[in-house]
Amino acid sequence: MSVYFTKEHEWVKVKEGIGAVGISEHAAHELGDITFVELPKTGAVVKQFGILGSIESVKAASDIFAPVSGTVIKVNEALETAPEIVNESAEDAGWMAWVEIADEAELKNLMTQEQYNDYLKTL
Amino acid sequence: MNDSHYCPHTPEDIAEMLSVIGAASVEELFAPIPAELRAKSFNLPAGMSEFEAFSRMQAIAADNTQGVTNYIGGGFYDHIIPSVVDHLSGRAEFYTAYTPYQPECSQGTLQALFEYQTAICRLTGLDVSNASLYDGGTACAEAAMMALRVTGRHKIVVDGCVSPFFRQVLKTYLFNQDVEVVEIAPQKGQLDHAALAALLDGSVAAVLVQNPNFFGSIEDFTALAEQVHGVGALLIGSVYPISLGIVKSPGEMGIDIAVGDGQSLGNPLSFGGPSFGYIAAKKKLIRNMPGRIVGETVDKNGKRGYVLTLQAREQHIKRHKATSNICSNQGLCALRGLIFLSSVGKEGLADLARLNRDKAEYAKEQLTRIPGVSVLQTTVTFNEFTLTLPKNAAAVVTGLLDRGIAAGVPLGQYYHGLENCMAVTVTEKRTKKEIDLFAKELEVALCN
Amino acid sequence: MQLIYEKSVPGRRGVKLPASDVPVASALPATLLRTEPAGLAEVSELDLVRHFTNLSRRNFSVDTNFYPLGSCTMKYNAKVLENAAALFAPFHPMTALLPGGAELCQGTLGMLYDLGRMLADITGMDEVTPQPLAGAHGELTGIMLVSAYHAARGNSGKKKYVVVPDSSHGTNPASAAMAGYEIVTIPTAPYGDMDLELFKAAMSDEVAAVMMTCPNTLGLFNPHIKEICDIAHSHDALMYYDGANLNAIMGKVRPGDVGFDVVHVNLHKTFGTPHGGGGPGSGPVGVKKALIPFLPQPRIVRDDNGTLLLQTDNKGTVGRMANFFGNFGVMAKAYAYIIMLGREGLIRASEQAVLNANYIKERLKPYYDLPYKMTCMHECVFSASRQLEHGVHAIDIAKFLIDRGYHPPTVYFPMIVKEAIMIEPTETESKATMDAFIETMIEAAKAAENNPQALHDAPLTMPVSRLDETKAAREQNVCCIG
Repeated sequence: MSVYFTKEHEWVKVKEGIGAVGISEHAAHELGDITFVELPKTGAVVKQFGILGSIESVKAASDIFAPVSGTVIKVNEALETAPEIVNESAEDAGWMAWVEIADEAELKNLMTQEQYNDYLKTL
Repeated sequence: MNDSHYCPHTPEDIAEMLSVIGAASVEELFAPIPAELRAKSFNLPAGMSEFEAFSRMQAIAADNTQGVTNYIGGGFYDHIIPSVVDHLSGRAEFYTAYTPYQPECSQGTLQALFEYQTAICRLTGLDVSNASLYDGGTACAEAAMMALRVTGRHKIVVDGCVSPFFRQVLKTYLFNQDVEVVEIAPQKGQLDHAALAALLDGSVAAVLVQNPNFFGSIEDFTALAEQVHGVGALLIGSVYPISLGIVKSPGEMGIDIAVGDGQSLGNPLSFGGPSFGYIAAKKKLIRNMPGRIVGETVDKNGKRGYVLTLQAREQHIKRHKATSNICSNQGLCALRGLIFLSSVGKEGLADLARLNRDKAEYAKEQLTRIPGVSVLQTTVTFNEFTLTLPKNAAAVVTGLLDRGIAAGVPLGQYYHGLENCMAVTVTEKRTKKEIDLFAKELEVALCN
Repeated sequence: MQLIYEKSVPGRRGVKLPASDVPVASALPATLLRTEPAGLAEVSELDLVRHFTNLSRRNFSVDTNFYPLGSCTMKYNAKVLENAAALFAPFHPMTALLPGGAELCQGTLGMLYDLGRMLADITGMDEVTPQPLAGAHGELTGIMLVSAYHAARGNSGKKKYVVVPDSSHGTNPASAAMAGYEIVTIPTAPYGDMDLELFKAAMSDEVAAVMMTCPNTLGLFNPHIKEICDIAHSHDALMYYDGANLNAIMGKVRPGDVGFDVVHVNLHKTFGTPHGGGGPGSGPVGVKKALIPFLPQPRIVRDDNGTLLLQTDNKGTVGRMANFFGNFGVMAKAYAYIIMLGREGLIRASEQAVLNANYIKERLKPYYDLPYKMTCMHECVFSASRQLEHGVHAIDIAKFLIDRGYHPPTVYFPMIVKEAIMIEPTETESKATMDAFIETMIEAAKAAENNPQALHDAPLTMPVSRLDETKAAREQNVCCIG
């Protein structure tokens, strides 16, 4: 399983054509206490870097962008009642959606973990 | 220094401050403004004392015809206002504060708004309320925009019996958006259910109705709510809050979003404003609500307190993606509404509503005794009803204005074919004696 | 403190209603009746009075505390204004809309007309509509007028964008979006104003309007403002003036002379009407001649005999923005304020507002970072970045000020300044008040270095300490259940 990141701080973990998507620990920390996650609907078709959902904290709101194009096949419903999971475990239990990846070639538009770590240092 | 009461500096103060700043004159502080941009003219007259200004305001007020007896409503109603409303909302700690951005030193405003939200929820039978909107018309528009966001659809169906002013505001607000607004022509002052049924399909985001409507008719929209929900749309009800003392609430009818003008709740007529718009909705719609919302929480020591909440919906955070552009609310008017409702209280509001209806029914009876005068609608009414006259209502109303009576709102200018109709409002403030005189004057006017 | 509902006792009343002098009507049909009365409070008049009096004491306000909330112009609200507005309480707005009714309302219609003339003179515009109910409502009205203007010229399809600087109030992009436009945001240059080169690059014939606040939210007057207007006009884009900061420039500059086409005025800021704990405001909109045909209705016009009439048959109008004629009571206060101050008084108000802001800026400069150092207008924006090195945020300084009896300045706005502290003293404050505030701000800066914990713990003297906003947002308890 390999993980990739966007410049907007989303991650995607890819396994057998399915990508689990969430926001990075860095992003969760920057937002502060998360109060709401707007998840996409199952079956929604998303485009790479298009809007997948949104996330709110007390004093900020931000869109979540899809790291890959594809179809949403599952969403993390636990976040609807417990958005704090994203603060506690942004890159694991705080996943937001599973996307059936339309074109794995798009992954080359993303950063690897190492590249993302370097990118964070430049911010 | 004739204005030192509002600008307190002495010449010595100014000199000291300028020396700290390092400027030779106050004018030097305006140096960033290029000379060619300076005001080309500024012609206001010289100022005056507060006594002279107040006399001037008295003279302006005196230029309006005084003492007209009102049987007009049209969204604003001449109701009693208990003395406590002026005195308590007139406390400067309330009226010279601003939006409670710093909750620790604004608990007065915040708790009052939380109590206001509670009063609106209980009145409407709905789960959540915001801290108020501008007025009834803009509240209708905001509710429609909520429904458009929630459903992702692009059509709003509006009953033509909704106040023409509210409908105009709604259409103005939605004009530049990709939204179709369809109006249903009223049928004898009531919703044309068949026409509505024909329009209802999966493209409709919401249906907007009013209770009592512009003609004064009251309807039970329970079945309509089911019908509207059947196509996945929302039902929005514009509701006159005083009527909710006795009339089935929006919540009980299954209405999703209730809106209305709060003027009747402790706010003076004041030539049309300020009043406030209220908006209440089912809980699941809260994230799509516009405007300020106050929420309960606790402080560091676990003590109960109140804050502005769900601010991430709002323009100062979300900018162009916000639920609305609204920034202020009508806080002081909403506070007046809360004080009014808390003063008349639970049973008192029901009594007040019954008193309104009793007066209106008495007037209805007296006025329809006049030959040729009948009631337009077949439904029951609250404190407003529509009369059909044997002649043009506009002319009759104009004539009676000369007799010191604002007899009603002639409907011809708002509805084709209803040139002989006028909507008559009778609040608790009208006495039997006044109503009897009105009947007499109307009869005379119709004979002429 | 208990909620009013927790003080409720069944059967109590706060007021006695008038007795009925008519027969009891037959009851409504059961299907139309509510099943039980709304659960409003049931309290005696004295309980009610104590409750709200004690609630009011839990507020800071202009009458009780220095309130230098930047961008909000919290000046003193003269008491006579309240008396003036009360004179108009009995007048029903529908009277003016009855056939022949306008004749009965010459006083109130005349006041609105005259206020419009005075505001037109102050802003350099040709006509003013009193209808918008607040600043943001004025913005929406103004951008709709822009849209109607372009549509009338056959350009509605072509015009897609509204340009705003990144320092703008959030209402600007939100209003433009509601009027159907896409937003282009221009960054601020190091000199504190919208980056002129980036602005030029962003401009095209597809831009419908440029919305500017001038002086801007950093308190700076844009020296390129004329050039910006000229560039916008060369693309047939209109210039929108957000009047939030008009208090800085009365009698000095008129937006209309500079080249602005549409302006809204916040009567509750510049013209001394109280803010009411969040409203009511009032946001009349002024326009140049070319936009008059699109103004909202009813429009107040004066015929040849000097009689005021309501025009309701104008085909070009954008429509109706509010129930009636705007927040009349607020406008009555603004009218009284303007005639009281008069020409010289308004000029003096702006001069002293600017003097006060510069005085605070100079005196606090050694203690707080000042990202934009030039002469400011009516407000100055500091950054708590220096204090942040000690772990102290702008919000901590704000809470410290509360303990000392000051309403904090605006913090975290404009968003382009890190840890922003935006101070607007207004002209009505004395030097002594400002000196005491300055000393307290200096004390806060020192505490940030020596005892940051004291700032983190503040406020200690209020009815509540810092509140858990996360809990409020997650639980959404917005109504007392019961």
